Amino acid sequence: MAVLVIAEHDNAALSDATAKTLTAAIAFGGDVDILVAGEGAGEVAAQAAKLSGVRKVLHAEGAVYRKQLAEAMEALIVPMMDQYDALFAAASTMGKNVAPRIAARLDVMQLSDIIGLEGQETFVRPIYAGNAIVTVTSSDAKKVVTVRGTAFEPASDGGNASVEVVAAPDGPFKATFVSEDVVKSDRPELTAAKTIVSGGRALGSEEEFQRVVVPLADKLGAAIGASRAAVDAGYAPNDYQVGQTGKIVAPELYIAIGISGAIQHLAGMKDSKIIVAINKDEEAPIFQVADYGLVADLFSAVPELTEAL
Amino acid sequence: MKVLVPVKRVIDYNVKVRVKSDQSGVDLANVKMSMNPFDEISIEEAVRMKEAGNADEIIAVSIGPQQAQETIRTALAMGADRGILVKTDDAVEPLGVAKILAKIVEEEAPELVILGKQAIDDDCNQTGQMLAALLGWPQATFASEVKVSDGKLLVTREVDGGLQTLALDGPAIITTDLRLNEPRYASLPNIMKAKKKPIDMKTPEDYGADITPRLSVVKVSEPPVREAGEKVEDVATLVAKLKSAGAV
Repeated sequence: MAVLVIAEHDNAALSDATAKTLTAAIAFGGDVDILVAGEGAGEVAAQAAKLSGVRKVLHAEGAVYRKQLAEAMEALIVPMMDQYDALFAAASTMGKNVAPRIAARLDVMQLSDIIGLEGQETFVRPIYAGNAIVTVTSSDAKKVVTVRGTAFEPASDGGNASVEVVAAPDGPFKATFVSEDVVKSDRPELTAAKTIVSGGRALGSEEEFQRVVVPLADKLGAAIGASRAAVDAGYAPNDYQVGQTGKIVAPELYIAIGISGAIQHLAGMKDSKIIVAINKDEEAPIFQVADYGLVADLFSAVPELTEAL
Repeated sequence: MKVLVPVKRVIDYNVKVRVKSDQSGVDLANVKMSMNPFDEISIEEAVRMKEAGNADEIIAVSIGPQQAQETIRTALAMGADRGILVKTDDAVEPLGVAKILAKIVEEEAPELVILGKQAIDDDCNQTGQMLAALLGWPQATFASEVKVSDGKLLVTREVDGGLQTLALDGPAIITTDLRLNEPRYASLPNIMKAKKKPIDMKTPEDYGADITPRLSVVKVSEPPVREAGEKVEDVATLVAKLKSAGAV
């Protein structure tokens, strides 16, 4: 029995999501290898080799792997799957983009966004925006799985796996990278942050979002999130969105500011350890999941909170 | 270009789902059903492409029970030209759906298939990518902007770090994200017109695709319920509570 884990990285650093996916893969059982596909990603491969519980790291290099686009990843991974019984990837935009292509080529039904597993046939995953949890068994010979990071602890360091360079198809492929608009930030990554300050529609504008939410996040060393309504209205960029179809987070502390708490938003954050809600509408559904609710005008309460911390 | 848009009939996004007490599934009896919101965005995008002169025919496909015909009618009222209903009362998994769609693509030869990135019932987020793999086509998932330039599609995608733009060559798959567009409401005249648009009635057998389920449901259970905590009086109390909980 052997499992291949796709590493999540930006060619410079391995993402925390990989260590969490590794934990799920180890629970599945068997020898676990990690695939680092990238361009100039030697350092990432070295980081992956240090994770505990890894048999070996497979390092595929090439310009077409710089952004880990789906066609290249499919061409690389499908032939490798002769040697593996399962493929695990994070349920990130990369994993969601790539894994189903490989599942289709292997003629297996993917298990998406799992939050638990028992043995090698049984998987647990949320459906209906987390309002129901389904346990399924898979009859497929090989398993393709994406893993919800908030449900698994990251594997620790302490390993010393070997790194093996593997041959990688170099295309050309029919989808090519043109450009990207990625904001480099010193803040913690949303899905890995211990504290998140999240803003909603009640902020009313991008300026107020900046004026109210950002200083509190700065004070707490927190990541910044947003509700779909705030993102749709342009108060915050798309990658801030927390919810059913955005990012799933479970920090130690989640502070929801001016967020009403639609079920689609709750789906993305209700596993947070402590939830604080600040909203002037005392009937807002967010208060039904909040540990501490403050019914107040956010424009005065949040700066006061920032000051008091 | 000819555009194919699959649409799924799902529980309406405003409905709070209830798990059945025997844990066999969720209760769908007498529950409002609607088109999957991401599929509405897909239809809207196809219609906008047609209005801009970049598409000439839009085919809406649904795989599901007889009532899925209503979902196709909604798509026709929004501006799709004709429909195909692949009628089945069995639940078809994304892999099975992708296989049927691949056969329809062979027959209809569209140059673009636009799908919702995920259905809000099973939250799988697989079908578009699987279809792309089965066809050997390029894909741009989670699209927030689609442009046509020199016969190529330029698609901006919502990715974890921000936005990414890809160029797609040849027939392609796009899956839609929330901010691609705001779907229109069908006008009454268009709803009336949609009643006259043709819908082909098919079955999975017509396409000879193997749609045997690969997963079997052991149980469907309620998620752990999170209890509401306490309301605090003011910011000072909140800070004190957070400090004593060790959260700040």
